[in-house]
Amino acid sequence: MATETPVIDAAARASLWMQPHRIALILIALVVVLASIFLMRWDWLPTYLPLALQGIWRTIWLLVVTSALGIALAIPLGLAQVIGPPILSVPAKVFCTIVRGTPLLLQLWLLYYGLGSLFPQFPWIRESFLWPILRQAWPYAVLSLTISYAGYEGEVMRGAFAGVPHGQLEAARAFGMSRWKIFGRIWLPQAISRALPTLAGETVLQLKATPLVATITMVDIYAVASRVRQDLFVTYEPLLLLALVYMSITGILVFGFRRLEARIPSKLG
Amino acid sequence: MFGASSLELLSFEPPNGRGLSLLHGLANSVGIAFGSFGVGLLIGVGGAYGKLYGGPVVRDLLEVYTTVVRAVPELVLILLLYFAGTDLINQLLTALGYAAIDINGVVAGIGVLGVVQGAYSTEVLRGAIRAVPQGQIEAARAYGMPPGLLLRRITLPAMLPFAIPGLANLWLIATKDTALLAIVGVNELTQTTRTAAGATKAYFTFFMAAGALYLVLTLVSNVVIGRVERWARRGMPSIAGSH
Repeated sequence: MATETPVIDAAARASLWMQPHRIALILIALVVVLASIFLMRWDWLPTYLPLALQGIWRTIWLLVVTSALGIALAIPLGLAQVIGPPILSVPAKVFCTIVRGTPLLLQLWLLYYGLGSLFPQFPWIRESFLWPILRQAWPYAVLSLTISYAGYEGEVMRGAFAGVPHGQLEAARAFGMSRWKIFGRIWLPQAISRALPTLAGETVLQLKATPLVATITMVDIYAVASRVRQDLFVTYEPLLLLALVYMSITGILVFGFRRLEARIPSKLG
Repeated sequence: MFGASSLELLSFEPPNGRGLSLLHGLANSVGIAFGSFGVGLLIGVGGAYGKLYGGPVVRDLLEVYTTVVRAVPELVLILLLYFAGTDLINQLLTALGYAAIDINGVVAGIGVLGVVQGAYSTEVLRGAIRAVPQGQIEAARAYGMPPGLLLRRITLPAMLPFAIPGLANLWLIATKDTALLAIVGVNELTQTTRTAAGATKAYFTFFMAAGALYLVLTLVSNVVIGRVERWARRGMPSIAGSH
């Protein structure tokens, strides 16, 4: 930018944000919130609170585990598409296309109902020590959410790996770094920092995908809200609270990623 | 597993084959995707205009709309809007003295997904309109074009090349989000697949078949999108690195 941005201190920024119409809007919102607190039914809340907290924990656990596993898969997937020989790059490309081309709900049901109906046919699976785990829903939830995240992120990482300037890698090679060292010190960190804004968005999308696991009987926060709905026939209250919970988690995620981005030097070649 | 018997289930002959009901589901899915994408575009154009040229209150309200919709899972929004929407319409009808109606699932799906799509297309179109060189719009204003004509002749065509990548993404999301309507029992592809799979216990066959249909839809969409993009960018220099 040619012009220097004027330095605005916090107080000035606050007064800039607090325009009169905003105060009016906030007051209206406050009235709506208070009205919904006093006019709607919330008496179920204390009874279901322990279950809800457990549900929130499960949602967050699912998000963290599947994102971590997914990114661990996405890095080789992206790398295979950029420098892999055709025997690696073609399957990686096909995997990403299939995952991104079909709805997650369908993938989830394919794994849960499909594999779930296939496994009991084999006695050795039924007798193995894994059977008590395979009979539950969460392995399928983790598997399909991980695959989905890996598919989308594989594509993001492909772009990020390809976007790192060649000069950087050539310089590293000129320094006599080994291939692994180049990858670990130069290529991967720069690719990640390039992909970070996209990853933030994708992680929010992953959070928004987690309630699908409720359809295969996993009790996350969404399933808790559905149970309240079915038990007590209150429709809107649990759904509104649910929206609030997801918005809070999204807010925390966005804030966290922004902090992370701020810590990474932005001057990239 | 994939023997003749389970492929027979996908044939079009009515007694055993359920291929026809899958195709019917696909047609519903495509219809819902089209409808919701269209509704989303209409909301998006209005929303983008509101965000760029609207007054402070309109701008803030639109900001709330796009933020909330993009932060809450589609599944929750679908349930909220589906229940609230059908409730509201029926209450309105009874208040006006009509009998309550059973709202068609496809129409409800279009409405609900349209509101979700609208938030995303608002952002896409806002970015695209901002990418149009301001001089073009100023020149049109200087010619005395009324706002409607300006939108139709200048802003929309000029922003199209910038909007198409984002809109293409939204279309693909729309086709896949239709699957979520299975949760509220709308008779689209995923729902018909689940019904067929549950009745025949051939889960793998049906879910694979439905996956293939979705994939074909995506791949065909990609080809069409490529054409549309080339058409929208006609006369513009190609971006470095694109094909």
